[in-house]
Amino acid sequence: MTAAVAPVVPLVRIRGLRKSFGTNLVLSGIDLDVRPGEVTVLLGPSGSGKSTLLRCINHLEKPDAGFVELAGEIVGYRPDGNRLHELHTRAITRQRTRVGMVFQQFNLFPHLSVLDNIVEAPVAVRRVPKKQAVARALELLERVGLAGREDSYPRQMSGGQQQRVAIARALAMEPELMLFDEPTSALDPELVGDVLSVMKDLADTGMTMIVVTHEIGFAREVADTVVFLDGGQIVESGPPARVLAHPRNERARAFLAAVL
Amino acid sequence: MTRSGISPSLIEAPDRPPAESLESTPSLTHREDDEALLAAKLVPLRRPGQWASAVVLLVLLAMLVHTLLTNKRFQWGVVGDYFTRGSIMHGLVLTLWLTGAVMACGYLLGIGLAAMRLSGNPILRTLSFGYVWLIRSVPPLVQLLFWYELASLYPQLSLGIPFGHEFVTVKTAHLFTGVLAAFVGLTLDTAAFSAEIVRGGILAVEHGQTEAAQALGLGRGRVFRRIVLPQAMPAIIPASGNLLIGLLKATSIVSVIAVADLLYSVQLIYNQNYLIMPLLLVATIWYIILTTLLSIGQYYVERHYARGTNRRGDRPFWRLARANVSVFGRTRNDLAGLS
Repeated sequence: MTAAVAPVVPLVRIRGLRKSFGTNLVLSGIDLDVRPGEVTVLLGPSGSGKSTLLRCINHLEKPDAGFVELAGEIVGYRPDGNRLHELHTRAITRQRTRVGMVFQQFNLFPHLSVLDNIVEAPVAVRRVPKKQAVARALELLERVGLAGREDSYPRQMSGGQQQRVAIARALAMEPELMLFDEPTSALDPELVGDVLSVMKDLADTGMTMIVVTHEIGFAREVADTVVFLDGGQIVESGPPARVLAHPRNERARAFLAAVL
Repeated sequence: MTRSGISPSLIEAPDRPPAESLESTPSLTHREDDEALLAAKLVPLRRPGQWASAVVLLVLLAMLVHTLLTNKRFQWGVVGDYFTRGSIMHGLVLTLWLTGAVMACGYLLGIGLAAMRLSGNPILRTLSFGYVWLIRSVPPLVQLLFWYELASLYPQLSLGIPFGHEFVTVKTAHLFTGVLAAFVGLTLDTAAFSAEIVRGGILAVEHGQTEAAQALGLGRGRVFRRIVLPQAMPAIIPASGNLLIGLLKATSIVSVIAVADLLYSVQLIYNQNYLIMPLLLVATIWYIILTTLLSIGQYYVERHYARGTNRRGDRPFWRLARANVSVFGRTRNDLAGLS
Protein backbone atom coordinates (compact mmCIF):
# COMPACT_ATOMS: atom_id res chain seq x y z
CA MET A 1 0.00 0.00 0.00
CA THR A 2 2.82 2.39 0.83
CA ALA A 3 6.18 2.71 -0.83
CA ALA A 4 7.97 1.29 2.22
CA VAL A 5 6.76 -2.30 1.73
CA ALA A 6 6.40 -2.27 -2.06
CA PRO A 7 9.58 -4.23 -3.03
CA VAL A 8 8.43 -7.41 -1.25
CA VAL A 9 6.98 -9.92 -3.71
CA PRO A 10 3.59 -11.18 -2.46
CA LEU A 11 3.34 -14.88 -1.59
CA VAL A 12 -0.34 -14.88 -2.50
CA ARG A 13 -1.86 -12.76 -5.27
CA ILE A 14 -5.60 -12.90 -5.81
CA ARG A 15 -7.06 -11.05 -8.78
CA GLY A 16 -10.66 -10.65 -9.92
CA LEU A 17 -11.81 -13.75 -8.06
CA ARG A 18 -15.50 -14.54 -8.60
CA LYS A 19 -17.50 -17.48 -7.34
CA SER A 20 -21.19 -18.24 -7.18
CA PHE A 21 -23.16 -21.23 -5.93
CA GLY A 22 -26.17 -21.50 -8.23
CA THR A 23 -27.65 -18.03 -8.40
CA ASN A 24 -25.97 -16.95 -5.17
CA LEU A 25 -22.97 -14.73 -5.92
CA VAL A 26 -20.54 -15.40 -3.05
CA LEU A 27 -17.39 -13.64 -4.28
CA SER A 28 -17.73 -10.78 -6.75
CA GLY A 29 -14.26 -9.76 -7.75
CA ILE A 30 -11.68 -10.08 -4.98
CA ASP A 31 -8.19 -8.53 -5.32
CA LEU A 32 -5.78 -9.23 -2.49
CA ASP A 33 -2.03 -9.51 -1.86
CA VAL A 34 -0.47 -11.34 1.07
CA ARG A 35 3.24 -10.83 1.62
CA PRO A 36 5.49 -13.51 3.10
CA GLY A 37 5.49 -13.52 6.89
CA GLU A 38 2.29 -11.47 7.08
CA VAL A 39 -0.80 -12.35 9.08
CA THR A 40 -3.99 -11.37 7.26
CA VAL A 41 -7.27 -11.58 9.15
CA LEU A 42 -10.52 -11.78 7.16
CA LEU A 43 -13.46 -10.25 8.99
CA GLY A 44 -17.07 -9.88 7.96
CA PRO A 45 -20.62 -11.02 8.60
CA SER A 46 -21.51 -14.64 7.91
CA GLY A 47 -22.24 -15.21 4.25
CA SER A 48 -19.84 -12.47 3.21
CA GLY A 49 -17.61 -14.97 1.39
CA LYS A 50 -14.68 -15.26 3.85
CA SER A 51 -14.60 -19.06 3.97
CA THR A 52 -15.14 -19.40 0.22
CA LEU A 53 -12.23 -17.05 -0.42
CA LEU A 54 -10.05 -19.15 1.87
CA ARG A 55 -11.14 -22.40 0.19
CA CYS A 56 -10.36 -20.99 -3.27
CA ILE A 57 -6.76 -20.45 -2.18
CA ASN A 58 -6.08 -24.21 -2.04
CA HIS A 59 -8.62 -25.05 -4.76
CA LEU A 60 -11.14 -26.77 -2.51
CA GLU A 61 -13.53 -24.50 -4.45
CA LYS A 62 -13.06 -23.77 -8.13
CA PRO A 63 -13.36 -20.07 -8.99
CA ASP A 64 -15.74 -19.02 -11.78
CA ALA A 65 -13.39 -16.26 -12.90
CA GLY A 66 -10.18 -14.64 -11.80
CA PHE A 67 -7.21 -16.45 -10.30
CA VAL A 68 -5.20 -17.19 -7.19
CA GLU A 69 -1.44 -17.17 -7.50
CA LEU A 70 0.77 -18.84 -4.90
CA ALA A 71 4.48 -18.04 -5.06
CA GLY A 72 4.18 -17.17 -8.76
CA GLU A 73 2.15 -20.30 -9.68
CA ILE A 74 -1.54 -20.15 -10.63
CA VAL A 75 -3.47 -22.41 -8.25
CA GLY A 76 -5.40 -25.21 -9.97
CA TYR A 77 -4.75 -24.06 -13.55
CA ARG A 78 -2.09 -24.06 -16.24
CA PRO A 79 -1.92 -20.85 -18.27
CA ASP A 80 -1.76 -21.47 -22.03
CA GLY A 81 -2.13 -18.44 -24.29
CA ASN A 82 -5.47 -16.90 -23.45
CA ARG A 83 -6.75 -19.98 -21.64
CA LEU A 84 -6.42 -21.50 -18.18
CA HIS A 85 -6.56 -25.31 -18.32
CA GLU A 86 -7.60 -27.03 -15.12
CA LEU A 87 -4.73 -29.11 -13.75
CA HIS A 88 -4.90 -32.85 -13.23
CA THR A 89 -5.79 -33.94 -9.70
CA ARG A 90 -2.20 -35.00 -9.08
CA ALA A 91 -0.78 -31.56 -9.88
CA ILE A 92 -3.39 -29.85 -7.69
CA THR A 93 -2.50 -32.28 -4.90
CA ARG A 94 1.14 -31.24 -5.23
CA GLN A 95 0.21 -27.55 -4.99
CA ARG A 96 -1.88 -28.20 -1.89
CA THR A 97 1.12 -29.58 -0.04
CA ARG A 98 2.47 -26.03 0.12
CA VAL A 99 -0.62 -24.77 1.93
CA GLY A 100 -1.75 -25.94 5.37
CA MET A 101 -5.39 -25.63 6.35
CA VAL A 102 -7.15 -25.70 9.71
CA PHE A 103 -10.91 -26.17 9.74
CA GLN A 104 -13.68 -25.00 12.04
CA GLN A 105 -14.69 -28.62 12.76
CA PHE A 106 -11.03 -29.77 13.15
CA ASN A 107 -11.62 -32.69 10.74
CA LEU A 108 -9.05 -34.87 12.45
CA PHE A 109 -9.21 -38.48 11.24
CA PRO A 110 -11.05 -40.22 14.09
CA HIS A 111 -9.82 -43.73 13.21
CA LEU A 112 -6.15 -42.72 13.45
CA SER A 113 -4.22 -41.89 16.60
CA VAL A 114 -2.94 -38.36 17.11
CA LEU A 115 0.51 -39.45 15.94
CA ASP A 116 -0.84 -41.14 12.80
CA ASN A 117 -2.94 -38.07 12.01
CA ILE A 118 0.21 -35.95 11.97
CA VAL A 119 2.53 -38.44 10.31
CA GLU A 120 0.14 -39.58 7.54
CA ALA A 121 0.69 -36.81 4.99
CA PRO A 122 4.48 -36.31 5.37
CA VAL A 123 5.07 -40.06 4.98
CA ALA A 124 2.54 -40.68 2.18
CA VAL A 125 3.05 -37.48 0.18
CA ARG A 126 6.49 -36.11 1.01
CA ARG A 127 8.08 -39.57 1.38
CA VAL A 128 9.66 -38.53 4.67
CA PRO A 129 11.11 -41.62 6.42
CA LYS A 130 8.71 -42.83 9.13
CA LYS A 131 11.22 -42.38 11.95
CA GLN A 132 12.01 -38.82 10.99
CA ALA A 133 8.32 -37.98 10.58
CA VAL A 134 7.55 -39.36 14.04
CA ALA A 135 10.34 -37.32 15.63
CA ARG A 136 9.05 -34.21 13.90
CA ALA A 137 5.46 -34.99 14.99
CA LEU A 138 6.49 -35.30 18.64
CA GLU A 139 8.31 -31.99 18.36
CA LEU A 140 5.19 -30.33 16.89
CA LEU A 141 2.97 -31.82 19.60
CA GLU A 142 5.22 -30.30 22.21
CA ARG A 143 5.05 -26.98 20.41
CA VAL A 144 1.23 -26.95 20.56
CA GLY A 145 1.33 -27.93 24.25
CA LEU A 146 0.27 -31.56 23.82
CA ALA A 147 3.45 -33.48 24.57
CA GLY A 148 2.67 -37.07 25.60
CA ARG A 149 -0.73 -37.23 23.86
CA GLU A 150 0.52 -38.92 20.67
CA ASP A 151 -1.25 -42.23 21.37
CA SER A 152 -4.65 -40.68 22.12
CA TYR A 153 -7.47 -40.79 19.62
CA PRO A 154 -9.15 -37.53 18.58
CA ARG A 155 -12.45 -38.41 20.28
CA GLN A 156 -10.67 -38.76 23.62
CA MET A 157 -9.62 -35.09 23.50
CA SER A 158 -11.34 -31.76 24.09
CA GLY A 159 -12.15 -29.51 21.14
CA GLY A 160 -9.30 -27.17 21.96
CA GLN A 161 -6.81 -30.05 22.07
CA GLN A 162 -8.15 -31.46 18.79
CA GLN A 163 -7.75 -28.11 17.11
CA ARG A 164 -4.16 -27.86 18.30
CA VAL A 165 -3.49 -31.35 16.90
CA ALA A 166 -5.03 -30.15 13.63
CA ILE A 167 -2.58 -27.24 13.61
CA ALA A 168 0.34 -29.63 14.26
CA ARG A 169 -0.93 -31.89 11.46
CA ALA A 170 -0.96 -28.99 9.00
CA LEU A 171 2.50 -27.83 10.11
CA ALA A 172 3.97 -31.30 9.63
CA MET A 173 3.85 -30.71 5.86
CA GLU A 174 6.12 -27.67 6.28
CA PRO A 175 3.69 -25.37 4.47
CA GLU A 176 4.62 -21.92 3.19
CA LEU A 177 1.15 -20.63 3.96
CA MET A 178 -1.39 -21.50 6.66
CA LEU A 179 -5.12 -21.01 6.22
CA PHE A 180 -7.37 -20.92 9.29
CA ASP A 181 -11.13 -21.21 8.71
CA GLU A 182 -12.82 -20.00 11.91
CA PRO A 183 -10.50 -22.18 14.02
CA THR A 184 -12.11 -21.25 17.35
CA SER A 185 -15.78 -20.98 16.40
CA ALA A 186 -16.64 -24.55 17.42
CA LEU A 187 -14.88 -24.33 20.79
CA ASP A 188 -16.12 -23.75 24.32
CA PRO A 189 -15.14 -20.21 25.37
CA GLU A 190 -12.54 -21.35 27.92
CA LEU A 191 -10.68 -23.39 25.28
CA VAL A 192 -10.36 -20.56 22.75
CA GLY A 193 -7.35 -18.94 24.45
CA ASP A 194 -5.08 -22.02 24.08
CA VAL A 195 -5.69 -22.27 20.35
CA LEU A 196 -5.22 -18.54 19.80
CA SER A 197 -1.95 -18.53 21.71
CA VAL A 198 -0.63 -21.40 19.55
CA MET A 199 -1.60 -19.39 16.46
CA LYS A 200 0.09 -16.32 17.87
CA ASP A 201 3.29 -18.25 18.54
CA LEU A 202 3.13 -19.50 14.97
CA ALA A 203 2.78 -15.93 13.69
CA ASP A 204 5.83 -14.99 15.77
CA THR A 205 7.93 -17.58 13.92
CA GLY A 206 7.22 -15.67 10.71
CA MET A 207 4.63 -18.01 9.19
CA THR A 208 2.41 -16.46 6.53
CA MET A 209 -1.17 -16.84 7.70
CA ILE A 210 -4.65 -16.04 6.42
CA VAL A 211 -7.19 -16.29 9.22
CA VAL A 212 -10.98 -16.16 9.07
CA THR A 213 -12.15 -15.40 12.59
CA HIS A 214 -14.57 -13.46 14.72
CA GLU A 215 -11.95 -12.92 17.44
CA ILE A 216 -11.41 -9.17 17.14
CA GLY A 217 -8.84 -9.26 19.96
CA PHE A 218 -6.70 -11.66 17.94
CA ALA A 219 -6.99 -9.46 14.85
CA ARG A 220 -6.00 -6.38 16.80
CA GLU A 221 -3.00 -8.01 18.42
CA VAL A 222 -1.60 -10.37 15.80
CA ALA A 223 -2.75 -9.23 12.34
CA ASP A 224 -0.61 -7.14 10.03
CA THR A 225 -3.58 -6.55 7.74
CA VAL A 226 -7.27 -6.75 8.47
CA VAL A 227 -9.51 -7.32 5.47
CA PHE A 228 -13.20 -6.66 5.82
CA LEU A 229 -15.55 -8.50 3.44
CA ASP A 230 -19.19 -7.81 2.82
CA GLY A 231 -21.43 -9.15 0.07
CA GLY A 232 -18.53 -10.92 -1.63
CA GLN A 233 -16.36 -7.83 -1.88
CA ILE A 234 -13.49 -6.32 0.10
CA VAL A 235 -15.00 -3.15 1.51
CA GLU A 236 -12.07 -2.15 3.68
CA SER A 237 -8.53 -3.29 4.37
CA GLY A 238 -5.49 -2.02 6.17
CA PRO A 239 -3.54 -2.26 9.43
CA PRO A 240 -5.73 -3.33 12.37
CA ALA A 241 -5.06 -0.16 14.31
CA ARG A 242 -6.82 1.86 11.63
CA VAL A 243 -9.46 -0.54 10.28
CA LEU A 244 -10.65 -1.64 13.72
CA ALA A 245 -10.51 1.76 15.37
CA HIS A 246 -11.64 4.02 12.53
CA PRO A 247 -13.43 2.02 9.85
CA ARG A 248 -14.41 4.21 6.91
CA ASN A 249 -16.97 1.83 5.45
CA GLU A 250 -20.53 1.96 6.78
CA ARG A 251 -20.98 -1.88 6.88
CA ALA A 252 -17.62 -2.40 8.58
CA ARG A 253 -18.53 0.16 11.20
CA ALA A 254 -21.89 -1.51 11.91
CA PHE A 255 -20.29 -4.97 12.09
CA LEU A 256 -17.55 -3.88 14.47
CA ALA A 257 -20.04 -2.03 16.65
CA ALA A 258 -22.03 -5.27 16.92
CA VAL A 259 -19.13 -7.62 17.77
CA LEU A 260 -17.04 -5.37 20.02
CA MET B 1 3.36 -4.48 17.54
CA THR B 2 4.07 -6.76 20.44
CA ARG B 3 3.65 -10.51 20.16
CA SER B 4 4.41 -11.73 23.65
CA GLY B 5 1.79 -13.87 25.31
CA ILE B 6 -1.94 -13.60 24.75
CA SER B 7 -3.46 -10.74 26.67
CA PRO B 8 -6.40 -11.46 28.98
CA SER B 9 -8.59 -9.25 26.81
CA LEU B 10 -8.65 -12.05 24.22
CA ILE B 11 -10.74 -14.20 26.49
CA GLU B 12 -13.70 -12.26 27.66
CA ALA B 13 -15.12 -12.85 31.12
CA PRO B 14 -18.67 -14.23 31.10
CA ASP B 15 -21.39 -11.99 32.49
CA ARG B 16 -21.94 -12.62 36.18
CA PRO B 17 -25.37 -12.47 37.80
CA PRO B 18 -25.79 -9.77 40.47
CA ALA B 19 -23.83 -10.64 43.63
CA GLU B 20 -26.72 -10.44 46.11
CA SER B 21 -28.73 -13.31 44.60
CA LEU B 22 -25.82 -15.66 45.28
CA GLU B 23 -25.43 -14.85 48.95
CA SER B 24 -28.79 -15.29 50.67
CA THR B 25 -30.22 -18.83 50.49
CA PRO B 26 -33.98 -18.85 51.03
CA SER B 27 -35.02 -20.94 54.07
CA LEU B 28 -36.50 -24.37 53.20
CA THR B 29 -40.07 -25.31 54.07
CA HIS B 30 -40.64 -28.29 56.42
CA ARG B 31 -43.51 -30.79 56.58
CA GLU B 32 -44.23 -33.43 59.23
CA ASP B 33 -43.99 -36.48 56.96
CA ASP B 34 -40.59 -35.49 55.51
CA GLU B 35 -38.66 -37.80 57.88
CA ALA B 36 -40.97 -40.74 57.19
CA LEU B 37 -40.56 -40.26 53.42
CA LEU B 38 -36.80 -39.98 53.74
CA ALA B 39 -36.65 -43.24 55.71
CA ALA B 40 -38.94 -45.15 53.34
CA LYS B 41 -37.60 -48.05 51.26
CA LEU B 42 -37.80 -47.69 47.46
CA VAL B 43 -39.76 -50.53 45.82
CA PRO B 44 -39.35 -50.96 42.06
CA LEU B 45 -42.43 -51.54 39.87
CA ARG B 46 -43.34 -55.25 39.60
CA ARG B 47 -43.96 -56.67 36.15
CA PRO B 48 -45.80 -59.98 36.60
CA GLY B 49 -46.78 -60.07 32.91
CA GLN B 50 -43.12 -60.22 31.84
CA TRP B 51 -42.38 -62.98 34.33
CA ALA B 52 -45.41 -65.02 33.24
CA SER B 53 -44.48 -64.79 29.54
CA ALA B 54 -40.88 -65.72 30.39
CA VAL B 55 -42.13 -68.87 32.13
CA VAL B 56 -44.40 -69.80 29.21
CA LEU B 57 -41.52 -69.42 26.74
CA LEU B 58 -39.20 -71.49 28.95
CA VAL B 59 -41.78 -74.30 29.03
CA LEU B 60 -42.09 -74.19 25.23
CA LEU B 61 -38.28 -74.29 24.92
CA ALA B 62 -38.12 -77.28 27.27
CA MET B 63 -40.74 -79.06 25.16
CA LEU B 64 -38.67 -78.43 22.02
CA VAL B 65 -35.49 -79.81 23.59
CA HIS B 66 -37.44 -82.77 24.97
CA THR B 67 -38.91 -83.72 21.60
CA LEU B 68 -35.55 -83.30 19.85
CA LEU B 69 -34.03 -85.79 22.28
CA THR B 70 -36.88 -88.28 22.65
CA ASN B 71 -38.48 -88.45 19.18
CA LYS B 72 -36.80 -91.51 17.66
CA ARG B 73 -37.74 -90.39 14.14
CA PHE B 74 -35.10 -87.68 14.19
CA GLN B 75 -32.66 -90.60 13.94
CA TRP B 76 -29.68 -88.79 15.49
CA GLY B 77 -27.58 -91.88 14.92
CA VAL B 78 -28.05 -91.52 11.16
CA VAL B 79 -27.21 -87.81 11.41
CA GLY B 80 -23.94 -88.79 13.09
CA ASP B 81 -23.15 -91.43 10.46
CA TYR B 82 -23.56 -89.07 7.52
CA PHE B 83 -22.21 -85.90 9.17
CA THR B 84 -18.69 -86.19 7.74
CA ARG B 85 -19.45 -88.46 4.76
CA GLY B 86 -17.14 -87.79 1.77
CA SER B 87 -19.74 -86.55 -0.71
CA ILE B 88 -21.20 -84.20 1.88
CA MET B 89 -17.72 -82.84 2.60
CA HIS B 90 -17.29 -82.18 -1.14
CA GLY B 91 -20.62 -80.35 -1.15
CA LEU B 92 -19.51 -78.34 1.87
CA VAL B 93 -16.28 -77.32 0.15
CA LEU B 94 -18.18 -76.25 -2.98
CA THR B 95 -20.60 -74.20 -0.90
CA LEU B 96 -17.67 -72.54 0.85
CA TRP B 97 -15.65 -71.59 -2.20
CA LEU B 98 -18.71 -70.54 -4.17
CA THR B 99 -19.68 -68.24 -1.30
CA GLY B 100 -16.13 -66.87 -1.04
CA ALA B 101 -15.68 -66.31 -4.78
CA VAL B 102 -19.12 -64.74 -5.23
CA MET B 103 -18.59 -62.47 -2.21
CA ALA B 104 -15.14 -61.31 -3.39
CA CYS B 105 -16.10 -60.71 -7.03
CA GLY B 106 -19.50 -59.31 -6.09
CA TYR B 107 -17.88 -56.78 -3.77
CA LEU B 108 -15.27 -55.72 -6.33
CA LEU B 109 -18.08 -55.08 -8.79
CA GLY B 110 -20.16 -53.47 -6.05
CA ILE B 111 -17.40 -51.02 -5.06
CA GLY B 112 -17.05 -50.07 -8.73
CA LEU B 113 -20.79 -49.56 -9.03
CA ALA B 114 -20.84 -47.46 -5.85
CA ALA B 115 -17.96 -45.33 -7.19
CA MET B 116 -19.88 -44.86 -10.47
CA ARG B 117 -23.01 -43.85 -8.59
CA LEU B 118 -21.08 -41.29 -6.51
CA SER B 119 -19.12 -39.88 -9.46
CA GLY B 120 -19.84 -36.56 -11.12
CA ASN B 121 -20.51 -38.13 -14.52
CA PRO B 122 -24.29 -38.34 -15.17
CA ILE B 123 -23.98 -41.29 -17.58
CA LEU B 124 -21.99 -43.40 -15.11
CA ARG B 125 -24.41 -42.47 -12.33
CA THR B 126 -27.45 -43.44 -14.39
CA LEU B 127 -25.92 -46.71 -15.59
CA SER B 128 -25.07 -47.72 -12.02
CA PHE B 129 -28.57 -46.84 -10.86
CA GLY B 130 -30.08 -48.78 -13.77
CA TYR B 131 -28.00 -51.88 -13.05
CA VAL B 132 -28.95 -51.93 -9.38
CA TRP B 133 -32.61 -51.37 -10.27
CA LEU B 134 -32.67 -54.20 -12.81
CA ILE B 135 -30.77 -56.81 -10.80
CA ARG B 136 -32.63 -56.10 -7.59
CA SER B 137 -35.91 -56.54 -9.46
CA VAL B 138 -35.12 -60.08 -10.66
CA PRO B 139 -35.29 -62.98 -8.17
CA PRO B 140 -31.89 -64.73 -7.90
CA LEU B 141 -33.47 -68.08 -8.79
CA VAL B 142 -34.82 -66.64 -12.04
CA GLN B 143 -31.40 -65.15 -12.82
CA LEU B 144 -29.74 -68.47 -12.13
CA LEU B 145 -32.05 -70.31 -14.53
CA PHE B 146 -31.55 -67.54 -17.08
CA TRP B 147 -27.76 -67.93 -17.12
CA TYR B 148 -28.08 -71.71 -17.11
CA GLU B 149 -30.34 -71.56 -20.17
CA LEU B 150 -28.35 -68.83 -21.92
CA ALA B 151 -27.46 -71.25 -24.71
CA SER B 152 -31.04 -71.17 -25.98
CA LEU B 153 -30.72 -67.41 -26.46
CA TYR B 154 -27.14 -67.24 -27.70
CA PRO B 155 -25.95 -70.65 -28.95
CA GLN B 156 -22.39 -69.32 -29.15
CA LEU B 157 -20.45 -66.50 -27.53
CA SER B 158 -17.63 -64.57 -29.20
CA LEU B 159 -14.87 -62.24 -28.11
CA GLY B 160 -14.04 -59.49 -30.60
CA ILE B 161 -14.52 -55.89 -31.71
CA PRO B 162 -18.10 -54.64 -31.09
CA PHE B 163 -20.08 -54.97 -34.33
CA GLY B 164 -16.85 -56.09 -36.01
CA HIS B 165 -14.34 -58.90 -36.17
CA GLU B 166 -14.59 -61.89 -33.80
CA PHE B 167 -11.45 -63.50 -32.36
CA VAL B 168 -12.68 -66.37 -30.19
CA THR B 169 -15.99 -68.20 -30.34
CA VAL B 170 -17.25 -70.84 -27.91
CA LYS B 171 -20.43 -72.86 -27.59
CA THR B 172 -22.47 -71.32 -24.77
CA ALA B 173 -23.69 -74.68 -23.53
CA HIS B 174 -20.05 -75.73 -22.99
CA LEU B 175 -19.12 -72.49 -21.24
CA PHE B 176 -22.15 -72.05 -19.00
CA THR B 177 -22.04 -75.19 -16.93
CA GLY B 178 -24.08 -75.23 -13.73
CA VAL B 179 -21.23 -73.93 -11.58
CA LEU B 180 -20.40 -70.98 -13.87
CA ALA B 181 -24.10 -70.07 -14.21
CA ALA B 182 -24.38 -70.17 -10.42
CA PHE B 183 -21.24 -68.06 -9.99
CA VAL B 184 -22.28 -65.42 -12.55
CA GLY B 185 -25.88 -65.18 -11.38
CA LEU B 186 -25.05 -64.90 -7.70
CA THR B 187 -22.14 -62.50 -8.34
CA LEU B 188 -24.29 -60.09 -10.33
CA ASP B 189 -26.92 -60.25 -7.63
CA THR B 190 -24.41 -59.68 -4.82
CA ALA B 191 -22.82 -56.78 -6.74
CA ALA B 192 -26.13 -54.90 -6.86
CA PHE B 193 -26.77 -55.29 -3.14
CA SER B 194 -23.19 -54.63 -2.06
CA ALA B 195 -23.09 -51.49 -4.22
CA GLU B 196 -25.89 -50.03 -2.14
CA ILE B 197 -24.22 -51.08 1.12
CA VAL B 198 -20.87 -49.56 0.11
CA ARG B 199 -22.51 -46.37 -1.18
CA GLY B 200 -24.41 -45.96 2.10
CA GLY B 201 -21.19 -46.43 4.07
CA ILE B 202 -19.28 -43.88 2.03
CA LEU B 203 -22.10 -41.34 2.32
CA ALA B 204 -21.99 -41.79 6.11
CA VAL B 205 -18.44 -40.38 6.22
CA GLU B 206 -18.46 -36.64 6.75
CA HIS B 207 -17.36 -34.63 3.74
CA GLY B 208 -14.96 -32.63 5.92
CA GLN B 209 -12.79 -35.75 6.21
CA THR B 210 -12.19 -35.80 2.45
CA GLU B 211 -11.54 -32.06 2.41
CA ALA B 212 -9.05 -32.25 5.26
CA ALA B 213 -7.21 -35.09 3.51
CA GLN B 214 -7.18 -33.19 0.21
CA ALA B 215 -5.94 -30.05 1.96
CA LEU B 216 -3.02 -32.11 3.29
CA GLY B 217 -2.16 -33.00 -0.30
CA LEU B 218 -3.13 -36.68 -0.13
CA GLY B 219 -3.90 -38.19 -3.53
CA ARG B 220 -7.40 -39.40 -4.44
CA GLY B 221 -6.67 -43.10 -4.11
CA ARG B 222 -4.94 -42.59 -0.79
CA VAL B 223 -7.83 -40.47 0.53
CA PHE B 224 -10.28 -43.24 -0.37
CA ARG B 225 -8.24 -46.17 0.95
CA ARG B 226 -6.77 -44.59 4.06
CA ILE B 227 -9.36 -42.01 5.17
CA VAL B 228 -12.82 -42.64 3.71
CA LEU B 229 -13.04 -46.43 3.45
CA PRO B 230 -11.86 -47.23 7.01
CA GLN B 231 -14.46 -44.80 8.35
CA ALA B 232 -17.13 -46.24 6.06
CA MET B 233 -16.38 -49.77 7.29
CA PRO B 234 -18.28 -49.60 10.60
CA ALA B 235 -21.39 -48.79 8.55
CA ILE B 236 -20.56 -51.35 5.85
CA ILE B 237 -19.64 -54.39 7.96
CA PRO B 238 -22.89 -55.25 9.78
CA ALA B 239 -24.84 -55.08 6.51
CA SER B 240 -22.10 -57.00 4.68
CA GLY B 241 -22.04 -59.67 7.37
CA ASN B 242 -25.75 -60.04 6.87
CA LEU B 243 -25.29 -60.25 3.11
CA LEU B 244 -22.50 -62.84 3.44
CA ILE B 245 -24.53 -65.06 5.73
CA GLY B 246 -27.53 -64.67 3.45
CA LEU B 247 -25.33 -65.58 0.50
CA LEU B 248 -23.95 -68.67 2.25
CA LYS B 249 -27.48 -69.98 2.52
CA ALA B 250 -28.60 -68.57 -0.84
CA THR B 251 -25.98 -70.73 -2.56
CA SER B 252 -28.31 -73.65 -1.76
CA ILE B 253 -30.52 -72.54 -4.67
CA VAL B 254 -27.86 -73.90 -7.03
CA SER B 255 -29.25 -77.33 -6.17
CA VAL B 256 -32.04 -76.65 -8.70
CA ILE B 257 -29.49 -76.65 -11.55
CA ALA B 258 -27.78 -79.78 -10.20
CA VAL B 259 -24.65 -78.16 -8.79
CA ALA B 260 -23.38 -80.43 -6.04
CA ASP B 261 -23.29 -78.01 -3.13
CA LEU B 262 -23.99 -78.98 0.48
CA LEU B 263 -27.76 -79.18 0.05
CA TYR B 264 -27.65 -81.02 -3.30
CA SER B 265 -25.17 -83.60 -1.93
CA VAL B 266 -27.60 -84.30 0.88
CA GLN B 267 -30.52 -84.53 -1.52
CA LEU B 268 -28.63 -87.03 -3.69
CA ILE B 269 -28.27 -89.30 -0.68
CA TYR B 270 -31.83 -89.09 0.65
CA ASN B 271 -33.25 -89.63 -2.84
CA GLN B 272 -31.70 -93.09 -2.60
CA ASN B 273 -32.27 -94.08 1.04
CA TYR B 274 -35.32 -91.90 1.89
CA LEU B 275 -33.74 -90.79 5.20
CA ILE B 276 -34.95 -87.29 4.39
CA MET B 277 -35.16 -85.69 7.86
CA PRO B 278 -31.85 -86.85 9.29
CA LEU B 279 -30.01 -85.80 6.14
CA LEU B 280 -31.68 -82.40 6.07
CA LEU B 281 -30.53 -82.07 9.69
CA VAL B 282 -26.95 -82.81 8.59
CA ALA B 283 -27.10 -79.91 6.12
CA THR B 284 -28.84 -77.67 8.67
CA ILE B 285 -26.21 -78.29 11.34
CA TRP B 286 -23.44 -77.51 8.88
CA TYR B 287 -25.14 -74.26 7.88
CA ILE B 288 -25.51 -73.36 11.57
CA ILE B 289 -21.81 -74.07 12.23
CA LEU B 290 -20.67 -71.97 9.25
CA THR B 291 -22.99 -69.10 10.15
CA THR B 292 -21.73 -69.12 13.73
CA LEU B 293 -18.11 -68.94 12.54
CA LEU B 294 -18.97 -66.05 10.21
CA SER B 295 -20.72 -64.20 13.04
CA ILE B 296 -17.64 -64.53 15.25
CA GLY B 297 -15.45 -63.35 12.38
CA GLN B 298 -17.74 -60.38 11.83
CA TYR B 299 -17.39 -59.44 15.50
CA TYR B 300 -13.62 -59.28 15.24
CA VAL B 301 -13.66 -57.33 11.97
CA GLU B 302 -16.11 -54.86 13.51
CA ARG B 303 -13.89 -54.48 16.54
CA HIS B 304 -10.89 -53.81 14.32
CA TYR B 305 -12.63 -50.94 12.55
CA ALA B 306 -14.04 -49.50 15.77
CA ARG B 307 -10.59 -48.13 16.66
CA GLY B 308 -10.84 -44.68 18.18
CA THR B 309 -14.63 -44.79 18.49
CA ASN B 310 -15.08 -46.34 21.93
CA ARG B 311 -13.32 -45.25 25.05
CA ARG B 312 -13.62 -48.66 26.69
CA GLY B 313 -10.99 -51.27 26.02
CA ASP B 314 -11.57 -54.16 23.64
CA ARG B 315 -13.69 -57.01 24.91
CA PRO B 316 -13.12 -60.63 23.88
CA PHE B 317 -15.98 -62.36 22.07
CA TRP B 318 -17.06 -64.65 24.90
CA ARG B 319 -17.52 -61.72 27.25
CA LEU B 320 -19.66 -59.93 24.70
CA ALA B 321 -21.75 -63.06 24.28
CA ARG B 322 -22.17 -63.28 28.05
CA ALA B 323 -23.31 -59.68 28.24
CA ASN B 324 -25.97 -60.33 25.59
CA VAL B 325 -27.32 -63.67 26.78
CA SER B 326 -28.75 -63.11 30.22
CA VAL B 327 -28.72 -66.72 31.49
CA PHE B 328 -24.91 -66.60 31.45
CA GLY B 329 -24.76 -65.24 34.99
CA ARG B 330 -25.90 -61.68 34.71
CA THR B 331 -25.95 -59.75 37.93
CA ARG B 332 -28.87 -58.89 40.15
CA ASN B 333 -28.71 -55.28 38.96
CA ASP B 334 -29.26 -56.30 35.35
CA LEU B 335 -32.22 -58.45 36.30
CA ALA B 336 -33.84 -55.65 38.31
CA GLY B 337 -35.65 -54.50 35.20
CA LEU B 338 -37.54 -57.79 35.14
CA SER B 339 -38.60 -57.94 38.80
